[in-house]
Amino acid sequence: MKGVFDIIGPIMIGPSSSHTAGATRLGKIARAILGEEPSQVMVRLHGSFAKTGRGHGTDKAIAAGLLGFSSDDERIPAALTLASAAGMKIEFTRRDFANVHPNTAVIEMVGKSGRKASVMGSSIGGGSIVVTQINGYQVELTGEYATLITIHEDRPGVVALVTQVLAQEKINVAFMRVSRQERGAEALMILESDEPISHQAYDIVANIPAVKVAMLVLPC
Amino acid sequence: MERFSTFMDLVGLANNGQCLLSEVIINYEVQKSRTNRESVWQQMDQCLTVMIKAVEKGKDSQEKSVSGMVGGDAKQFGDYAKAKGLLGSVTQKAIQYALAVSEVNALMGRIVASPTAGSCGILPGALLAASEALSVPREKIVAGLFTAAGVGLIINEHASLAGAAGGCQAECGAASAMAAAAVVEMAGGTPDQAGQAMALALKNMLGLVCDPVAGLVEVPCVKRNAFGAVQALVAAELALAGIKSVIPPDEVIAASYEIGCLMPPSLRETSDAGLAKTPTGQEIEAKLFGENK
Ligand code: SF4
Repeated sequence: MKGVFDIIGPIMIGPSSSHTAGATRLGKIARAILGEEPSQVMVRLHGSFAKTGRGHGTDKAIAAGLLGFSSDDERIPAALTLASAAGMKIEFTRRDFANVHPNTAVIEMVGKSGRKASVMGSSIGGGSIVVTQINGYQVELTGEYATLITIHEDRPGVVALVTQVLAQEKINVAFMRVSRQERGAEALMILESDEPISHQAYDIVANIPAVKVAMLVLPC
Repeated sequence: MERFSTFMDLVGLANNGQCLLSEVIINYEVQKSRTNRESVWQQMDQCLTVMIKAVEKGKDSQEKSVSGMVGGDAKQFGDYAKAKGLLGSVTQKAIQYALAVSEVNALMGRIVASPTAGSCGILPGALLAASEALSVPREKIVAGLFTAAGVGLIINEHASLAGAAGGCQAECGAASAMAAAAVVEMAGGTPDQAGQAMALALKNMLGLVCDPVAGLVEVPCVKRNAFGAVQALVAAELALAGIKSVIPPDEVIAASYEIGCLMPPSLRETSDAGLAKTPTGQEIEAKLFGENK
């Protein structure tokens, strides 16, 4: 059974838990995945996000998330203005993606340092979200756990190196998934943990030579 | 762990422990979240603060939503009710508060989804109006919110709390049922009476469809919250008078699940029928999406 605050809650900015609160969380997790402040963003809205998004403030909500705001932040209605004031260029378009949840967005970002990331995610109801693609890799990420993501060389030993770091930092892995696009090229690994993952652990992982990109996503 | 799945379990636990429904729910949450009573209580108290602030903000606002369909009704009603009106002041306050919170939601203000954003005005409307009439302290309202949450947990287990799954009976119907049980407890009624109130309220919303104009949480949602809050008070008062629902609480929930399953998808939040497809509804939709393109 669910918890009391799944029923009375969340505290959020209206009007819609899926189109507003969930959309903010998608923006926020996208920024976390990029790992820095985005400077240029292209948001492609699908289905009901595209259809009723404007009336529900989905654009403002995603912008707010990209600014790092939480879904109960009263600055959400002003987020588009705040984003442009912060030098963040955000463009919204509609796009039909086949066979995805009706409330889906693809967020393509270029960060301040030039780092790039593309995130596909859906708002699946009650403010809950799931990220289904990162940089073209199929994933399943809810943002409810501290998460470490690596894109690394697909060869023996790399996965063990990363998990060793976590073990040394006494971080227990709750869920772990590895996927790749082709054998021997690049692989993506997602590690979710009940405990917070420290920036120190993240730094060590990011400096493993075989790890090309490391991302740390803390619960949002 | 306090285990319950049905309303009957819940009343049983309360009666065995000689305690209120809210106590059973607080214990459940303490165990589930592995925290303590203090932090669970604080979290609910915080929800109440957000509800009260939303009432305050919405009561005096004349702003309209982006679509222009809603906004300003709480103030208009409040101004009217100051001087006249057919209904007594508790009912009028429930109406005004529920409108206020729902309008704050539609205008991108801060609210507590209870159980959803679309139905967020019903609990604050009914509970705050009742608390003023009953002159109960703040703790009683917080406790009432736990009782309401307990009802919501059971409905969620056996039916649904999402308009897309069960129509509006799952959102405003559930919210009204939750509020009815809470008001009974606040007024000093028994756990069984709370259950009767819940059943009476939910029964009256069975079959309610979700057909929002232009797909927005505005029409009929905002005004429906006012009705939902008043209906919760009616159900609570019936139960407090000792009147029973012929169909017991758990069977009403089961019926709402069945009805939700039978409801066509066009009337479950897709805006493909009902109010959304009336000539006026379509006109509004065309205007909004026309400028959107
Ligand atoms: S009509 Fe639909 S959107 Fe509006 S409150 Fe009811 S369930 Fe929610």
